[in-house]
Order: sequence, then C-alpha cells, then structure tokens
Amino acid sequence: MKIPISWIREFVDLPIDIPLSTLENAFVNVGFEVEEIIITGADLSGPLVVAKVESIEELSGNKKPIRYVGLNCGETDIRFVICGATNFAVGDLVVAALPGAVLPGNFAISARETYGKISNGMICSARELGLSDEHAGIIVLPNESAKPGTDAISLLEINDVIIDAAVNPDRGYALSIRGLARELAASLDLKYQDPASKVDASKYAINSDGIQVVIEDPSALSVVYIRSISDFDAKAKTPIWMSRRIEKCGMRSISLAVDITNYVMLELGQPLHAFDSTKISGSLFMRRAGESSTLKTLDGQDRKLDKEDLVVADKSNALALAGVMGGASSEVTESTTSIALEAARFEPITIAKSSRRHKLSSEASRRLERGVDPSLAQISSARAIDLMIELGGAKYVGSSKAGEARFAPIVSFDPNFVSKYLGTKVSLAEVEAKLIVVGCDVSKKSDSEWLIDPPSWRADLSLAPDLVEEVARMIGYERIPSTLPTGKSGAGLSSIQYRKRSVANYLASNGFSEVYNSPFVNPAFVADLGFVGDRAKSFKLANPMSEEFPDLRTHLLPGLLLTAVRNQGRGASDIAIFEIGSVFRNTEKLIGPGIVGIESVPDAKTKEIIYKSVPNQPLHVGAVVAGKLAGDSWHVKSSNFTWVEAIGFAKSIVESAGSVPNTVASDFAPWHPGRCAEIQVDGKPVGHAGELHPRVIAQLGLPERSCAFVVVLSAIPFLESKKSQTLLTMPPAIQDISLIVDEKVSAEQVEKALREGAGEMLESITLFDRYEKMGEGKISLAFTLVFRAEDRTLTADEVSNYREAATATAAKNCGAILRS
Amino acid sequence: MSISIAEVNESAKSALLAISSATDLAALKLVKIEHLGDKSGLSKASQALGKIAAEEKAAFGKVVGAAKAEVSAAYEARVKVLETERDARVLIEERVDVSLPASNIPKGGLHPLTILTNEISDLFIGLGYRVAEGPELEAEWLNFDALNIPADHPARTMQDTFFIEPLDSKLVLRTHTSPVQIRTMLENQPPIYVICPGRTYRADELDATHTPVFSQVEGLVIDRGITMADLKGTLDYFAQSIFGPDVITRLRPSFFPFTEPSAEVDFFFNGRWIEWGGCGMVNPKVLEVCGIDTSEFSGFAFGMGLERTLMVRHGITDMHDIVEGDIRFTRSFGLGIK
Repeated sequence: MKIPISWIREFVDLPIDIPLSTLENAFVNVGFEVEEIIITGADLSGPLVVAKVESIEELSGNKKPIRYVGLNCGETDIRFVICGATNFAVGDLVVAALPGAVLPGNFAISARETYGKISNGMICSARELGLSDEHAGIIVLPNESAKPGTDAISLLEINDVIIDAAVNPDRGYALSIRGLARELAASLDLKYQDPASKVDASKYAINSDGIQVVIEDPSALSVVYIRSISDFDAKAKTPIWMSRRIEKCGMRSISLAVDITNYVMLELGQPLHAFDSTKISGSLFMRRAGESSTLKTLDGQDRKLDKEDLVVADKSNALALAGVMGGASSEVTESTTSIALEAARFEPITIAKSSRRHKLSSEASRRLERGVDPSLAQISSARAIDLMIELGGAKYVGSSKAGEARFAPIVSFDPNFVSKYLGTKVSLAEVEAKLIVVGCDVSKKSDSEWLIDPPSWRADLSLAPDLVEEVARMIGYERIPSTLPTGKSGAGLSSIQYRKRSVANYLASNGFSEVYNSPFVNPAFVADLGFVGDRAKSFKLANPMSEEFPDLRTHLLPGLLLTAVRNQGRGASDIAIFEIGSVFRNTEKLIGPGIVGIESVPDAKTKEIIYKSVPNQPLHVGAVVAGKLAGDSWHVKSSNFTWVEAIGFAKSIVESAGSVPNTVASDFAPWHPGRCAEIQVDGKPVGHAGELHPRVIAQLGLPERSCAFVVVLSAIPFLESKKSQTLLTMPPAIQDISLIVDEKVSAEQVEKALREGAGEMLESITLFDRYEKMGEGKISLAFTLVFRAEDRTLTADEVSNYREAATATAAKNCGAILRS
Repeated sequence: MSISIAEVNESAKSALLAISSATDLAALKLVKIEHLGDKSGLSKASQALGKIAAEEKAAFGKVVGAAKAEVSAAYEARVKVLETERDARVLIEERVDVSLPASNIPKGGLHPLTILTNEISDLFIGLGYRVAEGPELEAEWLNFDALNIPADHPARTMQDTFFIEPLDSKLVLRTHTSPVQIRTMLENQPPIYVICPGRTYRADELDATHTPVFSQVEGLVIDRGITMADLKGTLDYFAQSIFGPDVITRLRPSFFPFTEPSAEVDFFFNGRWIEWGGCGMVNPKVLEVCGIDTSEFSGFAFGMGLERTLMVRHGITDMHDIVEGDIRFTRSFGLGIK
C-alpha cells in the first residue's frame, strides 16, 4: 500500500528530519517490505502558482484547439499563455508554471513565441506536475480554494515522501493509514494517535429513519450499518487536501461522495459503499444472490451472479456485489442528493469467493477478504457522514444496523513461552510492553498465566506462537541468537537417491552433459515421435503457461530431443545429453479425494485415499547422443557413438545396480524399428536403447544415426549388497571359439548357450569378432572363453573338454557350427 | 702352459684400460668379450688354476680372483656411466610438447543444480538429517490445505498454481516441496530432521530471474524444545557452508500460513543483502493436522530456491542459462569436483 508520510504525520510524531533509511528500516523490521520510496516534487521547482482565468481567446486555423489565455497570477499585469486544453472556463482557478520553473523530466519553462503569440508560462496538467497520470485536461482547482498567486507547490502538497509498503495477507488491518501509522510508531517507539479514536459515532444513533437494513444470511457477515443523509451538494468539489491524499495513495479522485468513501477506507481500512437512496426501493437486504440473477457493476459489465454470491439488494433487485463492487443502477451520480452509506464486517471467505468467481479484485475486496476490524463498520460510517456534512453540506437522516460486531476471543497465555520459543531471554515486562504496543489488553492471573485480549483488528491472534511473533517483531528478530540442533541419527541417502546420484556421476564421467528440461510438452510433437499406448496417456494442465505446451511429459525423450536440437542450433556438433527426472502417465484409475478438512488428523483410511489420488511417477534416466561422445583429437579420431554404445550404456546402468540385463529386439517409437533393444531384468522391461528412427532424425535435423536410451531407475530391482567372490589366482586357460550361426540368432543367445555348456570353470566370455559375409543368411561369431580353477592349473585335456561342451550346447540350442 | 702372476696383473691392467677407454655401450660390449670372455687372459688364468701345484694354488687363486673382481666392478661401473650418458641423450631427443590437448577425452558434466543438491544433501546428512522426496504431481490437500492454506484464502493466490484436468482430481504441480514435509510428518513421529530438495512449479513467465519450473530445498525439524534460535543457527550454518565462512544472515518478519512466527531470510554477500528464502516456526495448526503433539514438540521449517542460490553463488545473470540445457553451461561445471 502506498502511504504519504505527510498523512502519517497526522497520527505519529515523526521527527521532522527523519532519514528515509530510518523509515524504511522501521517498516522492514516489523514485517513490511518496502517496495518503493517515492520522493515527490524533487524534480520540480517553481515558480508554480494558482492563477485565475481572466480571458480566453480561441486561436483558429490550427490542427487542434489552441487557446490564448489571460491569467491573474496575483501580479499587477495579466499574464498571457498559450494552452492546448479546453476543460476550463473564465473564472476557473488553474495552476500555472511561470518562466524559471522546471517541471519533471527537466522541462524548463520560459517565455516563448508560439502560434504567433508570446506564451509567458504554462497551465499545467496533473501529469505534467508528476501528481498522477491524469492528462485529459489541465488541473482546475475548486472555486475559492486559494487566492491567485498562491504558491501551488505547497497548496498541492507536492513535496512529500510516499512509501509503498507490502502488506502480507495476515495483516489486512495494515492496508490503511491507521494500521501502518501504528506499526511505524511502534517500530520507532513513538507516540501514536488512533484516527478511529477521534471519531464520535454516538451522535449518529440507530433509529428508524432512513434506509433500513436486514441480514438474511448471518454466515456471510456479522454486522452492517446503513447511514442515510439528504441534501448532499452534488456539485461540491473535493477539497484539494483530500484529492491529493487519495492520489498519493495511488487512487483517483472521482467525485466528492466517492472520494469520501475512499478517503475513509484509506484512512481507517474499512471499505464503504454509497448508494443513491432514491434508487433503493424499501429496505436493504444482505443476502445470497440465489438463482439466475444478474447485476450490471460499476465497471459497466453485466455479470451473471453465482447463487452463492453475497449481494446488497432491495426488495426487487440486487444492487451491489457485496464487498466487491457496486451496481450501476444505484450509483451515486452528479445529481445525487440522498445517500445511503453501507459499512459491513463481511466474512473474508465470502468476499474472497465472489472476488475469485468474478475475477474482480477491488480495493474493497482486497481489504475485506483479509478481514477488517469489526469495530470499524460503526466508526468509519460515522466518519464518512461527518465528512459529507462538512464538505457536501449534507443533512443527517438516520442510521440502521443489523447484526453485532464479533471480536476475537481472549487468549490464555504463558508469557514465559516467548523466551522458550525464541531461544532467548525476553523479560516479562518486555513481553507485556510489546503486546500492549500492538494493541492487546493484558491481564495477569499469575506469572505464568496471562489473559490476552487481542485488539479488534487482530482476529488472527489466537495461539501462543501468534503472540510470540508480535513480541519478536517488536523487539527485533536480530535479538534471536544462533544455535545449531542436530538429528539423532543420519540415515544417509536412500537407495533410490544413491542410485540417482551414481547414475548421474557415471554418465557425466563418460562424456554426457546433464540437462533439466521443462516437463511441459506439445501433444502434436509427442504424437509425431510415434508415442502410443500408455506413453501417449498424458495429464493435461488446466491452466498451461502456453497453449503450445499443455501436457505433462510421459517420457524424457521429447524434451531431450528438443534440447539436442537447440544445442545443434547453437553450433554444437557432438551432443551427448542426459536427464534424470519423473514422468507422468495418466494410466491409473485415480479418484479425487473430495473435500478433506484440516480440523482433525486424517485417519489411516483418509490418508490412503489422499495418497492414492496421486499417480505413481516413475523416475527415468534418458540420454540422446547426436555425434560422438568424445571429440576428435589432434592425434586420434574418436569413434562414432552407435546403437551398440547406446545399448551398452543402458545395460551397464542395470549391471551397476547389481541386476543382470538381457536384451530383446524391440519395435518401439521413437527408435529405429530394427535397431532398438528392450532391456529386461527378470523378463520385465526396464528400458529401451538404440538408434533413433530415421524419420524422427530427419524431422528434427539431427545427425544421421543419432541414438538414445532410457532406463527406468525406479524399476530396476533394489538388491541386497552383492557378495564378493574370492579372486582366483591360478593361471587362466584361454580358448577362442568361432561359430557359424543363422543371422537371426542373437549374440546373446549364443553367449548364453556357450556359458551354459562351458561349465563351472568358465570365468568370462567375450565376443571379439562378428563376420557377416558368410553368405546364405549365416554369420560368424567369435568368442574368447577364459577358464580357471580355484586350486590348480587346468590341464589341456580338461580345457579342451569344456570347450567342446560349450560348442555342443551352442550347436544344440542355437544351431551353431564350429567354424574351421 | 703356465701363467705368471705378472701376466695376470698385466691382463687386468689392459682390461681396466680398455674399459675406461670404451666411449659407448657397443664398444664396451666388445671390450667385455675381449677382456672378460672365455678367451680373455683372465679366463685363461682361471682355467690354468686347475693345473697349478697345490702349494701355489692359494696364492695364485687369490691374485686371479682379485683381478677378476676388480675388472668386473670396473665394467659394471662403466656400464652405468655409459647408460646414464645414453639416457640423457636419447630420452631428451624423445621429448614432446606436453601442452598438446587431449580433446578425445570425454567432457561431460553434472548440471550445477545436481551438484548443489548433492552438496546440500550431504551437508544436512552430516547434521543427522534424512533426505526426503515426494511426487511433483501432488494432491492439493497436501500442497495447500494441510499447510494451513485454505481454499479461497488470499495466501493461495500468492502462489500461481498449475492445476490438472479434471479439477476434481484435486491434483496440482506442487508449488513448493512442503507437501513432502506433510507426508513425512503424517508417517513419522518426531524427532524429525529432513531436508527436501526437488522440482517445483509456479505459473511465472520465464525471464532472466524467473522460471515456471524451478527447484527448491526445504528443511524441517521437529523435536523437543526446538526454538527460533535453532532455526537461525541452522540457516547460519547452511549459508556459511554454501557461500563462505564469513557470510552472515538476517531474519525479517514475514508471513507464511504454515509458520508462526514467520521470517524472510537474507544473507550478506559481496557487499549487499540478498533475499534467500522463507522460514519460521512450524504453525501448531500444521503440526496438529499431522498428528504431532504440540505440547511436547515444536519445530522449524525453511525453504529456498536453488536456482537463485546458484545464480548468486556463481554469478549467473540469466535464468535461461540454467533451464535451456545448453551443454556449454553444464560442461563448464564439470563433475563438480571441489
């Protein structure tokens, strides 16, 4: 909220020369961030005077209307100036900048010739003076408000400091001069006078005169006052001091009646609404809108009301969307003379819901949905009536009231809790003083039990920690010392956390660069990649940032591929990237948990319902390689990254986790249908790897034969710690076997058969050659088998027997023929 | 044939001369054949030893043995000298330009968010914390209601939330990692010491300092007698570990529905105060809905953005660099080896 310091000074004895930094820190220390400090008038210097318009000569023949105006500036002679505005007449008081003045933007005023005349100064608009954005016309001051020649800089209170303080949602009371002045005074330990205490509401007693009011739904508000006046001078202008304060708070001056309601709202924090009484038929009813009701609001919009919306209605129509915006039909206009003024203490939730439903946030709703001091409905309405009588010549008619103000209950409080909770000694005297300064009444039953009556504007003070916070911010958070607690036992990382970290380190060490992609994807792109089935079942955002990316990713590859393309576009030639992250598949039958309260601890069943409303979100690692994993060097050329390495990396992740991967040929988009492996553990898929589909590669413009792999980290079994075998130290016996098999037989099948046949002495088996050009659909596979015994050197005969057994099993299982 | 002692000494003398005259290893090899080989004077003297009368044998043998030992020793010494000379020459000739790069060594890297997350996790594990994680697509109740952020409360609109269709699924992309705290408290009794890193989402446009997809780390401690001073001390320790031992923090009063008192935490770095995150004592309303006895336990919680932490620590000026996946960015952090 923007507040002028000049207004604050009315209620706080601020030292005249208080530094801005002191003001800023004073607000920050008690919880109000200062977003901006605006020093008004610093870029303006006079002479700037009040001038009376004595003559107007319209100069014709120009593209726009131009006036040659005679001004009485309190000087002996009439001063003539050229002016392009037309919103004034002879006899009006205006503001003139005289030669020598400098306006904001370093705009120096001097006598000059223009339109064939000498212009000896300038008549100013509010924007030219930096007062507001108003530039439709020049400033016209209220009649008789000042003598010609009066210094306008002081008349318009141009020199001021405006502080824009951020107000947190729990401090609705601080959306007012009253509230922020109190906080500032408390923070600086200065005297404060409550503006509400200056109002005498008793002179406007409740009676049966004027518009009467009825609360139909007591759940929506606790109390409402309707005060009626007549004989209001609709032509009366808002005094300068009032319009200037309203403008400094960032609002616009509109008309006297509306300005008074806004002024009182800014000063005290209570939104008010003025109805033209003659447009009300009978009494006013505070009620829900009910079925099929509409309202044209002050902003000119026809709104269909929700049946739950709270309205202020007469016997036939809704007249206002209560607490949010008034209606056009009962609006106070230039001809209004009778006014019914409404001030109510609404339930915040009611106003918040209406405001949300109609996407309409007003100065009123912003305050009411944060909760307004319940005592203010009475006081602020009285204050506004005072001003209408004083400034608009109104006559008081009568007041009506419905409901009763409800106040926050008394809190029983152990003051020693403050020290215990903050971890520092705060004396009981200090606790008491600080609670009083924020407005609490303190009565002591004993040294360990105080009864705290929170101030009317602090309905949020209900628990001991709420009171601790008040004391803490008033003594200053810097009083809190620094101590370091530690847990009783550090459990270390969980298995999946450890796995995630190890895999990232592994890939990064091997030349992959880690990326974090946005999980928002374009469904058309995903479809183009060929995702089908479960991998095409995505969750949709109800409110995406962009219509282009409304879905959550079901797979890491769409994001990785686009990132590879982006890197390529920036000139990278060899791109190896990986990402570890969750994916979201809309494949489970999920049931929303409905409405769960927070009044009690959810029982086991409710917890289960909540947990089960959330889909399983598996953790994947995915990688895309376009080009080489390592670059060429001056002394050696690096080899291309191919489907072999893609599958190899995927398998090696599985192996590192202690599982044995096996590979099965798979036709799985967006991979190449002939060059994709499904990686399995115990027959269940845990990943895919291989070369990307040439169509996808071409579409994205990636290098030919680009590869990718994905492993579901959360699907690889978590095993107990692997048992280490004692290393054998006897000499190994090495045997090479070269086999001819049908090309449809996989290397893994042959290896498996050899392993099975070779017996227990087999230590390792490695494919070292593959030859395709055997003809007749045959290929040759050559393996090195290493045999070793625990206790002796194997004899040539033994090894020869193992080799024959291995070959025999390969022949039996895979139709392998020993290559001679 | 007999050989006199004088002849033996003569052979030895000429052998020693030849050895000392040899100027390279090849010449020395020839010298060895000539003066220590089977046909050399010294070898012949040894062979002659068998035929010598017994009474002369001891004295003669002693002379031959001494001569051979001296020559052999001289030979070995000369080999060493000549080898050293050769090494000095030949290996210098093999010298290379050691500044040549090995651009064929793979250059991958961890994203700095990962490096930072690991660092923070390890830091708090050292303090006896556990790392707790949870789903990013989360139940609204866990993300808001249980944290004392009721529907339609202005606090809920502080966080621009992504909702999932249909709305009655009551699923949101979590706006903070706080639902992990709620899950932890619902399933565990105190003492609770957890650190919760993870991805979070808010509908902010991507610009130089904001991103709709970002990362947070939150901490939660619930134990007997936990105070706001404990919170301050933990934040001091955290800040000093991440930004340097001289860093100081300050707390400013603030508001969060799930903490009371609440504070913003700033730290002083490179001559200015920088907003880091939010924190406070866990609101008893939150503890109670999670089934924690507030008469026995109290706790604190804090949370900060990892991207912001990275930007400050590493002087990253544009959020785009963190989120766009440019390999040059990741590679510049390497493996995060300290």
